[in-house]
Amino acid sequence: MNDPLVIAGKSYDSRLLVGTGKYKDFAETRAAIDASGAAIVTVAIRRTNIGQNPGEPNLLEVLPPEQFTILPNTAGCYSADDAVRTLRLARELLDGHALVKLEVLGDPKSLFPNMPETLKAAETLVKDGFDVMVYCSDDPIQAKMLEDIGCAAIMPLASLIGSGMGILNPWNLRLIIDNAKVPVIVDAGVGTASDAAIAMELGCDGVLMNTAIALAGQPVLMASAMKKAVEAGREAFLAGRMPRKFYSADPSSPTSGLIGS
Amino acid sequence: MIRITLNGQVETLEDGLTVLALLAQRGLVGKRLAVERNGEIVPRARHGEVELTDGDQLEIVVAVGGG
Repeated sequence: MNDPLVIAGKSYDSRLLVGTGKYKDFAETRAAIDASGAAIVTVAIRRTNIGQNPGEPNLLEVLPPEQFTILPNTAGCYSADDAVRTLRLARELLDGHALVKLEVLGDPKSLFPNMPETLKAAETLVKDGFDVMVYCSDDPIQAKMLEDIGCAAIMPLASLIGSGMGILNPWNLRLIIDNAKVPVIVDAGVGTASDAAIAMELGCDGVLMNTAIALAGQPVLMASAMKKAVEAGREAFLAGRMPRKFYSADPSSPTSGLIGS
Repeated sequence: MIRITLNGQVETLEDGLTVLALLAQRGLVGKRLAVERNGEIVPRARHGEVELTDGDQLEIVVAVGGG
C-alpha cells in the first residue's frame, strides 16, 4: 500500500520513528533500527570528549545521514534559548539539515514539556527556517497554537517519556488529530505493540518511540513487533472500524437454514 | 597564552590558535561535530580562519543516542 508519511513536503515510507538512546551498544542500536523499518531516527546533541578518548565511535558512522533522516532533538533542554542553540548546532553538524525535534522540558521528574518555552522556541526556530516537529502536552489548544506558528508536526505525549504507560488520554489525542492539518505523531509513552496500534487506530499519522524498543527483553524482536503494530493500526484506521454495538450481539453465521428448523 | 572555556572546562592555550588547530590537537579533525563560539555557530568552512581569543566560551558537540 502506498501511504507515505509526509512531513514538511517530504515523504517517508515508515510511520514509525525511533530513538537511538538506551541501547547496549551501537550494533544493537543498528539492528533494532533496521528491524523497525524506521526512516526517521532521533539523536541527541551533546558535548564531545575533547581528546580524552580519541577514536571513540560516532553514532553517525553507524547511522549514516545518507541512509536515514537524522532528527536531532533538544532532550535535556529546560529553556527556549538552550533548545534553539542546540538545534543551531545540530543544523551545522548535519550540514544545513532543517528537520528537527523540539522539546523543552519543564520538570526532571515528569519530563513534562514547558509549553510557554516550547511555543517561544518554536516561533524562533520556524522564523529561522527550521522544520519543527514538536513534543508537546496533549492539550488541543496549545497543539493548535504550535500548528499556527508553523510547526511541521505536532507530537503530543501519550504518557510520560520512558514510562511505557501507553495511551492514557485517547480523547485528547482525537481532539488534537481532528483539529490538525499537519501530521500528529504520538511521542512518548508507548510501552508495547498494542499501544502503538491504538495510537494509529485513533488516527495518529505516526508514532515515535525509544524506550519501548531499547528496554524490551529483546529489542530487535520488539522493533519488528512495533513495525507491524504501526502498519496494522494504520490499515485499521484507513479501513474504518465497525460500529460498536453495546448490549446486543449480532451473529456472523446465517440465522436461517439450521437443521431441524 | 589565552584562557578559554572548552565544553565547560577552563583550558590554557597558546596564542593565535584557530578552531581547526585546536580540533587537530584533540584528534577531532574530520569528525562529525559542530562548534559554537560565544553563542554563535562557527561554520565548518571557517574553522581554519577563526582564531580563539582570551575568554572565549567554546562548545564542541556531536550526535549521541537519544529519543
